[in-house]
Order: sequence, then structure tokens, then C-alpha cells
Amino acid sequence: MTPLLSVSDLRVGFGRKPHANEVVRGVSFDLADGETLAIVGESGSGKSVTALSINRLIDFGGGCITGGAMKLKRADGSVFDLMTATEPQLTGIRGAEIGMIFQEPMTSLNPVLTIGSQIEESFRLHRGLTGRQATAAAKDALDRVRIPDAARRLKYTPNQLSGGMLQRVMIAIALACNPRLLIADEPTTALDVTVQAQIMALLAELKRQTGMSMIFITHDIGLVAGIADKVMVMQNGQAVEQGELNQILDKAQHPYTQHLLQDVPHFANGSATRADGQRDKGASTEPALKVDNLVVRFPLKSSFFSRASGAVHAVDGVDFDLMPGETLAIVGESGSGKSTTARAVLGLVRSTRGSFSVGVRKASAQQSALPVQMVFQNPYASLNPRLSIETILAEPVIATGGRVNIKTRARMAGLLERVGLPKNSLERYPHEFSGGQRQRLCIARALMLNPSVVVLDEAVSALDVSVQAKVLELLVDLQREFGLAYLFISHDMAVVERIAHRIAVIYAGQIVEIGDATSVLSTPQHSYTKKLIAAVPTIDRRHEHFELDTRQVPSLVRPQGYEPAPARWEQFGPDHRARAEA
Amino acid sequence: MNYLMRRLATFPLVLLGVSILVFVAIRMVPGDSITAMLGTEAGLLTPAQRDSLAAYFGIDQPWFVQYWRWIGGILHGNLGISVTYGRPVLDVIIERFPLTLELAVLSMIIALAVGMPAGIFAATHNEKLSDLGVRMVAMIGQSTPSFVLGLLIIYTLSAGFGVLPAMGEFAPLWQDPLRNLSQLILPAITLGFAFAASVTRISRSAMLDVLSDDYVRTARSKGASARSVIWRHALPNALIPVVTLSGIEFGYLLGGAVIVEQIYALPGLGRMVLDAIQQRDYALVQGAVLFIAFNFMIVNLLVDLAYVALDPRIRLGEP
Repeated sequence: MTPLLSVSDLRVGFGRKPHANEVVRGVSFDLADGETLAIVGESGSGKSVTALSINRLIDFGGGCITGGAMKLKRADGSVFDLMTATEPQLTGIRGAEIGMIFQEPMTSLNPVLTIGSQIEESFRLHRGLTGRQATAAAKDALDRVRIPDAARRLKYTPNQLSGGMLQRVMIAIALACNPRLLIADEPTTALDVTVQAQIMALLAELKRQTGMSMIFITHDIGLVAGIADKVMVMQNGQAVEQGELNQILDKAQHPYTQHLLQDVPHFANGSATRADGQRDKGASTEPALKVDNLVVRFPLKSSFFSRASGAVHAVDGVDFDLMPGETLAIVGESGSGKSTTARAVLGLVRSTRGSFSVGVRKASAQQSALPVQMVFQNPYASLNPRLSIETILAEPVIATGGRVNIKTRARMAGLLERVGLPKNSLERYPHEFSGGQRQRLCIARALMLNPSVVVLDEAVSALDVSVQAKVLELLVDLQREFGLAYLFISHDMAVVERIAHRIAVIYAGQIVEIGDATSVLSTPQHSYTKKLIAAVPTIDRRHEHFELDTRQVPSLVRPQGYEPAPARWEQFGPDHRARAEA
Repeated sequence: MNYLMRRLATFPLVLLGVSILVFVAIRMVPGDSITAMLGTEAGLLTPAQRDSLAAYFGIDQPWFVQYWRWIGGILHGNLGISVTYGRPVLDVIIERFPLTLELAVLSMIIALAVGMPAGIFAATHNEKLSDLGVRMVAMIGQSTPSFVLGLLIIYTLSAGFGVLPAMGEFAPLWQDPLRNLSQLILPAITLGFAFAASVTRISRSAMLDVLSDDYVRTARSKGASARSVIWRHALPNALIPVVTLSGIEFGYLLGGAVIVEQIYALPGLGRMVLDAIQQRDYALVQGAVLFIAFNFMIVNLLVDLAYVALDPRIRLGEP
């Protein structure tokens, strides 16, 4: 039987000399009807370029297919040569026989058109529907991706929907004309973990219903276990290994596949937590950071002069303490208030109420009077591209009124060496460093003032998985060496498991569960924590699907003067408590 | 609606500021209405004659009294009397304004009709020879002074083809449309050329930005044709900077185009203001500047409303 899609020796290059500058170098695979192939690799591996080459969108992205063959079996059984097809022929294939969804749902939909008209467009282009028929078809397409209240939502523009909803809309568009092949390019990377579980469940269900084939591109090998039949692992533009799902996950041959499976953080339900630096229960040490009943509210006003009609309760009564040398991970989804908590601790947003005491006890005598420093998520955006590394590292010193002298320079050099960067880095500029190196620079910058507490806001989220592991190692080493206390903000349970001593789960601005990392991850008590942990993809759960759930995140907008009910806590162990649920 | 009211409520404040500025500025220019009118002969006036003339022009009082009188008049709908024309300032402005407005509208039509397609064409042929050609012409258009272009056009037509631009008494549009258009088309082209060059450049760069956006890729993945990608998906997103630029340029043109009016001998606002300044016709200068400022504010308001129509993410009245 001829495969649905057959790709052999695909080569793709970029720039003026595509032959000399190839990023995909001889990739071959076959995809049968109804089969799902997962392409796994890190950034720069060529996985997305391969995907974009299949429907020849790469032509518009500055790429050029330099060699190979790609054949698609069409619905009528004829074979279509994707390589030699003209642009008008390809527009007839795209959307009709090959659908595609992308990583970033927020930017992948046209901001000025309603989602209804964007879905209708597919029906107009390939089915010739117009007017009411097209609208009705668009509504059915939205129903199919389980968007509640579809008829009304058709009139929405993308800015009125959440990321998860927008990705559903993207899926509705891609599947509008029942394509026989769906290419999903990191469709859940930009989404929260529970939303990711929903999208994965939706894709699996639609695949069952329609019998389509799928190419699923991801950097997260944990994610492929739930959906793929076959796996192809890519590195530096080449497929280093491919085969059946179980064969790849259980009997990986290539060292890179083994590395992805073993060296990279995978979630292990609390069995991979840290053994070092646990809180000393007997000694009564003073915390490095103590937060009492922190409340951050943003008043909502319709205009400058009118009175506030309500408030967004971003953080609503958060308490925790953080010991020297300890990591407290704050986990939660976007909009839960975890970043606002971090920003309030740093004084970047003003807290409405609550108190902090910072640096109550210093881990060592040299620690400075400015105890809290921060490392941000995006290492590309948080270093000023016009400043040399020397200036960047001197900045915190200058900002606090210090002088750049021999001691400062010695500290710069020492820290650079300590975070594993070459000695000559000082004269260089941020663009000369890779993402992982930049994050090391950000860490060095945060340590310049010798803080006692470092706030790490999604500090490894933007990094590739194997780089992630190395940066985490570095953070653990630095923590031991300097006795640093980390406030580690993250949505990634696997990462949190590797670095946290204690975990606080935050939901709708409130901590719902807090305690010892092993205890929280292995025996979660609050229903939200359970849901969060159940949604984490792991390589052990194969072809296991999630229940579809269309509930929305609760609104944090409260009427003026609203106060949450006082929390009732239930104790589940020496250091593990959860909020009692109604 | 609420927003519109609040915007309109700011107009008087801005106009008050403009009125003070222009009132003070024009009085800082050396000389006065009397010397401007009589030239060197002003030196022959006896003090009594001079005082009587000053009282006639209303410049015998201290400046704040003059300002107070002027503002009081405006509140009653009276912008004062022009000393050069001997008629109410508002009448003089209203007589000149249609030509300026028509010229501005014609230039904008030319600019958008030529500039946008050229910009889109250049963007879709990025880095090809045709793109370079368009960019070169646009660069020339932006850097050629309007008097050079205006004279060039007149010279080419008269020397090359023996055709002269229609001169003589200006014919308003509603009296003799054909003659009116034949008088205005060359000035409009002269003004529109530089305007079109700016529009070309900005629509090219806006289009280039938009064409690499994710949603354009999505549109292509749906099977949209190249034409639909450009007109339906990319263009509406690329329009905002074009509208911004066109609004600013149009606002300037409503203030009159001194050089082009001079070259083609057109009685527009620009020449009127220039003459009024030379004549120290204080009332006319002040009135005209207020009028121009008011027009500019209206254009800005329309531009902001256009943003809202173009992009659902923009909400009125939000900071």
C-alpha cells in the first residue's frame, strides 16, 4: 500500500547559498493513513523546517528546498508531487488536504478579523460555501473543537479569547475541510499544562473521529507518549533515530535519544526531588524571606476620574517563609498570580497589603544589604543588546551607588568563571551568546550584589531541555556554595521537582497547597494540585487520554470591597497543608 | 460617543494655548502694522498721526488688553477685521479655504492611489530589481523640493509640449469644475509626488513587517491565494502606519502649501498667511493659525477613529 506521505532525502537550505547553508540534511520518512509521527528535537534541529517544507510554506520563510522527493497520496488515490507543484496547485492542497497548526495561538490568528470569518475562509476556499452556509459550517467547526457558545464566539476577534481557546480555533480552521494530514508544530508549547492536556485530548479524539494522519512536532519527548505511533528524533538537521513509539522510548539506540530520555528532567511524581539542603526542623533559624498575608489588587476604573468599580485580585492573601539555602517553588498557571507575587517581593509592583521581612538572617557576613535579586524568563529580552557584558554586570553595582573598582572587576571575573562562561566574555555583547549562556549571564548579574534571596521567574522555561538541565545544575551548585534562598516561579512540574525543597501551589491568587516537595508531588491533596499533576505528560503513560474539560479559569475580578473568606487549612503531614475545599 | 465628547472638550483648551502662542509670537516680530503698511514713509508721520493710526489698528493698548479684546471677540464669533483686506477675518479665510482643502484632498488621493500599490508591490517583490526601482523613485520623490518639481513640470509642459498650466483667475469647483481641475491638477501632482513617496516607503515597510507575521503564515496554510493573503490578511494590518502618516501630511496640507501656491499662482491659505505676516495683519494671522490648528485637531480625531475601525484591539479612551 502506498503511504499517505512519503518524504525521502529532504534537504532544505536558507539564504543566498541554500546548498551551502542547509538546516535539513537528508530526512526521510513514510507516513501511512491514520498514523501519527512525532518529530522530536531541540531548537535548531530542523524539525519545524521539515514540517514547513511538507506543504511548501518554507518557500515564504526564506527557505529553499535543495533536494529530495515528497509525494502525497491524494484523496482520489493519485499521487501528488509536492516538490514540483506550482504555487496555484499548492494552494489547492493546503488547507484542503494538509492542515497545519502552529506554536503560538496568540499570534497565529489575524488580529483584525473575527474568528468566524477566519474559519469561514477555509470553507469558502475549498468548499465554495458562502453566506449563511459558510457561517453555519464555521459554527459546526467550533462545536467540534468543543468551544462553548459557538454561535456567539464567531463574532469575537482573537484578542477576546484565551490562548487555549485560540488554539482550539486554530484546530477548527486546520480541520475545517477534513484534511487527511494534520501537521501540528509544537501546538501546546505556549500553553499551560492543564490546557496542554486538553488540547492533546482534543487532537487525539479528532484523530479517532476522522482517521486522519498527523505529524506532531515537539521538543518534549514526554508529550509524544500520549499521541504518537512512530517517533523520529532529529538533531542538527538529520534524523538520528526513527521507529515505533515503544521501540524508541524503551530501547533507544542513538546516544542523543538516550540523552533526551534520561538526562533531561522528566516528571517522576515526587521520586526525583532533592535530597540535599532540607529544612532543619529542629533548629529555629530565622527565615531569609518571610511574607505575611500579601495582597496585590489592581483597581478597575472606567476612566481617570471615576471611582474604582472593582479590582483584579491578582494575589489574595499569600503567606510563606523561605529559609537560607532553601528553594521554594511557586507553581501555577498563567494568570494565577505567581509572577505578581514575585514582583511584589521585589517591589516591582506595590502590594496593597501585607508585610515582608527580608534578609532577617544573613547566610554569611558578606551578603549585602540589598538582599533580593531576580532572574527573568526570557534571556534574549532581559539583557540590553547595546551594553557590553562588563557594563551589564556593573549595572547593579552602579545602580546601588557603588563604584566599579578592582574588587568589582574581580567579582565579575570570578562570577563569570563560576557560571561557566569564558574569561573573555566581559568585552563581548549579549548577541554573541546562546540562550543558555545568556541565562548564565543573568544569573551572574543577579549574584553581583551578593543577595541572600534570588527570585527566579520561569528562569529556565525559555531554554532547550538539555540546556535546562545544565542551568538547573548550576543553580543547585550556586545555592550550596552561597547559601542562597531561591523563590522559584515555574509552571513546569518536572523542573520544579528537580530544584524545589518546598512547593507552593497557587491558584486564582491564593496558595491552595504548600509543603515539602516530595510530599506535595507524591500525595497531592487539593483537587487543583491533583489536576495539575495529572496533566503533566510523562513517558510512562502511553496512549492515555485526558477527559475533555471546557471549564474556564475563574475570573479574578471582584467587586469593590470584596474580601475572600479566611482560609481553612488541613494538615497532611509535618510540613504539608492544603486549603480545605467547599 | 462619550469618548467623542471628551475629545471635543479638549479642543478649546488647545486652541487657547495656540492663541496665546501665536499672539505673542507675531508681536515678537520687529515692526508693526504701520511700518508694514507705509514702509519707509512711516518715518514721516508726526507722533499725533502715528498715535491715531495705532489707535485705528488697535495696537495702542498693552498686549494683554489687546489679547483680552481679541479673545472676547472670538467668543462672540468675531475673529476681527483684516487690515489688508478691510473685511472680517473669517470671511477672508473661508474664501481661501476651499482651494486649500481641494488641493489637499487631491494630493492625498494621488498619494494613496500611487503610493500604496507601489509600496505593496515593492514589499511583495522584496529585494528584487523591481523593488529597488520603486525604492529609488520613492527616495527621489522624498528628497526633491517641491519648487524644483513644480518648475520642472511647468518647464517640461511648456517647452516640451507647448502646453501651459491653466493660469488666470481661480475658478471654484462648483462654478467651473473643468477649469478648476485643470488649474489644480498640476499643483496636486507636485504636492502628491512627495506625499506618495512617503506613503510608498511606509506601506512597503509596514507590509514587509506584516507579511512575516504568524497569521499570514496561517492564511497560507489554509490555502489562501497570494492575492487574498495580501489584500485580505496583510493589508488591513499594515494600514495603521499609513493612516498615521497620511493624517499628519494631510493636516499640514490643510495649513496651505506656500511654495506650490506661489509657483502656480494660486490664492490658497499658505500665501494668505505669508502675506498677512509680512503686512503685520495681526488679526488675520491669528485667526488663520487658530483655524489651521482647529483643522489639525479634527484630522487627528478622525485618524484616531480610523484606528478603532481598523483594529479591534484598539479601544477608545483607554490610556
